[in-house]
Amino acid sequence: MLRLPTFSYHRPKSAALAVQLKQQHGREAMFVAGGTDLYPNMKRRQQTPTQVISLQDVPELHQLEVLPDGRLQIGAMVTLSTLEHYPTLKLHYPGLQHAIREISTPLLRNMGTLGGNLLLDTRCTYYDQTHEWRESIDFCMKSKAESICWVAPGSPRCWAVQSSDSVPVVCAMEAEVELAGADGTRTLTADALYNDDGIQYLTKKPEELLTRITLPASGGWKASYLKLRRRDTYDFPVLGVGACLWFDGDGVVTKANIRLGGAGSYAIPATQSEQLLVGSKLTDELIAAAGTAAMKPARTMDNTDLDVYWRKKVAPVFVARAIAACK
Amino acid sequence: MVLDDPKSAPATREDAPWQHDKKKEDLKHIGKPIRKVDARSKVAGLTRFADDLRLPRMLHMKLLRSTMAHAEIVSIDTSKAAALPGVKGILTGKDMPTPFGILPVSQDEHALCPDKVRFVGDPVVAIAATEEETAWDACRLVDVQYRELQTVGSVHEAAGTNDPRLHDYGVRGNIHRLENLEFGDLADGFNRAEHIREDTFWFEGNTHLPMEQHATLAHFDRDGKLTVWSSTQTPHYLHRALARVLAPLPAHKIRVIAVQNGGGFGGKSDPFNHEICAAKMSMLTGRPVKIALTREEVFWCHRGRHPVLMRSKIGVTKTGRITALDFHSFLDGGAYGSYGTASTFYTGALQTVTYAVENYHFRGARFFTNKAPCGPKRGHGTPQPRFALEVQLDKIACDLGLDPAQMRLDNLAPRDSLTANFLRIGSMGLGACIEKVVEGSGWKERRGKREVTKDGRIRGLGLACSSYLSGAGLPIYWNGLPHSGVQLQLDRSGLVTAFCGSTDIGQGSDSILGWIIGEVLGIDPLGIKVVTADTDLTPVDLGSYSSRVTVMTGNAAMQAAERARDLLAKGVAKKLEVPASRLVFADERVFDAEDPQKGMSFQDAVICTEAQFGTIGTVGSYTPPKSAAKFRGGGVGPSPSYSYSAAVVEVEVDPETGIYRVPKVWMAHDIGRALNAAVAMGQIEGSIYMGLGEAMMEEMAYRDRSHKGKRVFVHKIPSLLEYKSPSACEMPECVTYVIEDPDKNGPFGAKEVGQGPLLPMMPAVANAIFDAVGVRVDENPVSFEKVFAALQAQKAGKEARFGPANDDTGVPVVDFGEPLQIKTPWQGGDGTAHNDPHRTKKAAK
Repeated sequence: MLRLPTFSYHRPKSAALAVQLKQQHGREAMFVAGGTDLYPNMKRRQQTPTQVISLQDVPELHQLEVLPDGRLQIGAMVTLSTLEHYPTLKLHYPGLQHAIREISTPLLRNMGTLGGNLLLDTRCTYYDQTHEWRESIDFCMKSKAESICWVAPGSPRCWAVQSSDSVPVVCAMEAEVELAGADGTRTLTADALYNDDGIQYLTKKPEELLTRITLPASGGWKASYLKLRRRDTYDFPVLGVGACLWFDGDGVVTKANIRLGGAGSYAIPATQSEQLLVGSKLTDELIAAAGTAAMKPARTMDNTDLDVYWRKKVAPVFVARAIAACK
Repeated sequence: MVLDDPKSAPATREDAPWQHDKKKEDLKHIGKPIRKVDARSKVAGLTRFADDLRLPRMLHMKLLRSTMAHAEIVSIDTSKAAALPGVKGILTGKDMPTPFGILPVSQDEHALCPDKVRFVGDPVVAIAATEEETAWDACRLVDVQYRELQTVGSVHEAAGTNDPRLHDYGVRGNIHRLENLEFGDLADGFNRAEHIREDTFWFEGNTHLPMEQHATLAHFDRDGKLTVWSSTQTPHYLHRALARVLAPLPAHKIRVIAVQNGGGFGGKSDPFNHEICAAKMSMLTGRPVKIALTREEVFWCHRGRHPVLMRSKIGVTKTGRITALDFHSFLDGGAYGSYGTASTFYTGALQTVTYAVENYHFRGARFFTNKAPCGPKRGHGTPQPRFALEVQLDKIACDLGLDPAQMRLDNLAPRDSLTANFLRIGSMGLGACIEKVVEGSGWKERRGKREVTKDGRIRGLGLACSSYLSGAGLPIYWNGLPHSGVQLQLDRSGLVTAFCGSTDIGQGSDSILGWIIGEVLGIDPLGIKVVTADTDLTPVDLGSYSSRVTVMTGNAAMQAAERARDLLAKGVAKKLEVPASRLVFADERVFDAEDPQKGMSFQDAVICTEAQFGTIGTVGSYTPPKSAAKFRGGGVGPSPSYSYSAAVVEVEVDPETGIYRVPKVWMAHDIGRALNAAVAMGQIEGSIYMGLGEAMMEEMAYRDRSHKGKRVFVHKIPSLLEYKSPSACEMPECVTYVIEDPDKNGPFGAKEVGQGPLLPMMPAVANAIFDAVGVRVDENPVSFEKVFAALQAQKAGKEARFGPANDDTGVPVVDFGEPLQIKTPWQGGDGTAHNDPHRTKKAAK
């Protein structure tokens, strides 16, 4: 890791100004929220914006409020540690609170924001390397379009891995995200924000700014998150299971969302597991079967920490345990 | 400075031990938890490390490194870089053609590769500029053309690749070293064995991961003198390498100052290319030049743990006594020699000092491969065979139905004895260590119970032991000079200043000088000024490696202090008119033992002595005792004393995934005598931490991919985030026992503590996994995936084991030639080989 390269630093006072600056500088510019991902990437020369647009001074991005209908609206710049200690989150969204506590370290959560974590760049052990290392393999397609994907050299696409802890559970909960662009704002489901591609992993336009995240009102459902990583801190997930189950009054599952993070370029739905659960009460056998059904969609590749086959083989155990945690 | 009478304190201590028999209650400072002399600056962030240093007009240097694993350099074009504004100097291999290396037998490195690169990261061009970013940008403008050569990626590949060779020296092909030593009669030993086992083990390489990245500042001044400040553990050896490469600049015009190290662990013990380049660049530009390595470059410097493949055949009696041990090691050395010759011998040296081994055959081979060079890391060459031996003994105990702890206790190598390979054991506290951890952990009651935790994990306990040396018996280069020297200067103010070449890398060696001198002279250790690691000012100490400093510097300091004490006693005796032998040095005073009121302050003692004899200065030095091992190769292993450790590790294994945690460790270490129990415990716990990392996760793993005919062979992920090392969350609760069994060769009986307690961690973890879930992982690290794979095998009814093929196909085929045959002490051997062709030739001459 080198020292930071030289760049110009902008501090717009509103979302509209931020979007305008981004439009003005185009590819030379990048937004920065907490900087816990962008700055290390710049030190490795993975990203070298000459214009960095800080969102720190945009007041509307720091808002955090419970809406009259019970939904929770979180500004994209609200820090992870603020959320981690926010009583409403602990009370009504323990699954998300747990996921946030699993992100990196307390120090990085003091800087990191929910918006930044939702937009976290995909990761790959062929990509998250210093410039000189990537030179030695003649780069990969995420660094240099004409190069190959070293994980799957025959593949036309990039297989970098979705590595945010909040994404699987936010998607499973069916949260909504709001984007501000040049032509106003639009709202979409969290799932719709992501693409199955390591490079174009977001559906948002480059100048669009993620402004807020809205969580559904609590009641009738329960979400959980279970993370696989080598160490109990620092590490990105190499498997992150987000589960959200809706129950009727008798404990019968009426709807199930299961997302596999760290196992592909987006939070992959474990559709077959979801289908198995709907219409039944949770029993140990059913949970185990739903877990087993998640092995197939877990598309682990050899581009993260820990053995690729092992990660796939233990995915059912993690999925089953995440489901059990929704009981 | 006036030299005192050198006869006043004995130079050799055959009959005058290093105060090892002093009673604890008679010691004022030794053993007490006094703070380190540099502790406050470090805690307050005031310590200046190499990268904190700045000089006026200083340039910043960057190295352009090879992007090829193995290639010839066809051409280097630096013209575009030279034209970049701010660039002040460019060096290439032709500017420093003299090779260097830490060992005289492997002078195979260049400051910049002149004609060939041997791993991704080998330095090719150095560029200095007014700004670091400019130097980096300039490096990107250099055009280096390579002709790719076949990559050699493992011991198997190296054994099978005679051409191309990485180096044009060595045994043959890509074999760097071959050692073959037989002690006693193996056939007879196996004949008498009642149980024989053969196992194959693999120990992956890992690296030191010091917090501080290496940095160097060099300044060639207008008087033609060169000063180099560097984060090095071995300023003396760096001094020698600089003098060699920068010749005709004479050694006396080169000054090396070892700056406080932010961690070393062996990774800063070699002279490095960036240090030599900074010096040369300063000579070229006439300006101070600094280089601060990136984290990735620290991985390229490496010199860490060798990956070692091992095959061990062991014969034991029904009680577990080792009648024969036939041990093969295959070391993946990486691209250069470094300390590798010593590392190779160390994989076979210390098996004999823990448990009696009646007959022993060691074969070791080191190979050159296209990886960052391996060298010494905490435990140097001994953790790998220790892993093999301790896991194998656990299996034997299981085979024979014995308690692994009791089996070890029953077969300890005796104290004050010679081993089969002629290592001289002095004090030996391993028995006490084992008893402590067995008792503390509830070993007898809890082992084999497979308790289940609330979250469904299964508990297990594993035990392992180890030994390590307190400094090598021989220096790196052949000479008959002392290994450590200390000068004391006593000032009229009462200030005592100690000058010594030793280097504090965080272990507390500066403090040890203070504590020992303070004890001998009866003054406050923290009032003593310590000047260390400066080749202009301090007498030579060989450096902070092989756990040598406490014993060697400590003894030199004791001798210098005793001489100062004797000189002061002479002066005070005359003044007070009492016999010198009656004088006591304590509480900053010198007084008559029979009439404590009669005396004077320490300062007055210095003044009255100076008045009588002139300026006061004394010296002390230390040379280790002569080794009993006289055979070729016997230079590696002998030490003034051996420390001992025993550990019990508790694990909790998730049987569904193989994921486990280590909640608690009990570690006992025989330190001889703790000069400072608090600091010793810090070293022990630091070793537990580092050993846990090696056991659970650390791997110097490589990416090996091919695409369109090009092979990519590069360190998998050289970063602090992705080279996994334990966090505070993984650190277990530690129960630490300091076992004191004073050794007559150490200052106040002290032995080493910096390295030994790391060694039992890895085998103890593997043994604990077996105790918990009944599977064997014969590979280190014992990672989750391997435990899972062994559990899967167990479930499928196959051998519940993960490891290299446990037959002859698991290791490369190597012709080791005829062994040197050495009779054991109990066969009447005298420490020589009776069939050494080299020695016979020499004798004939």
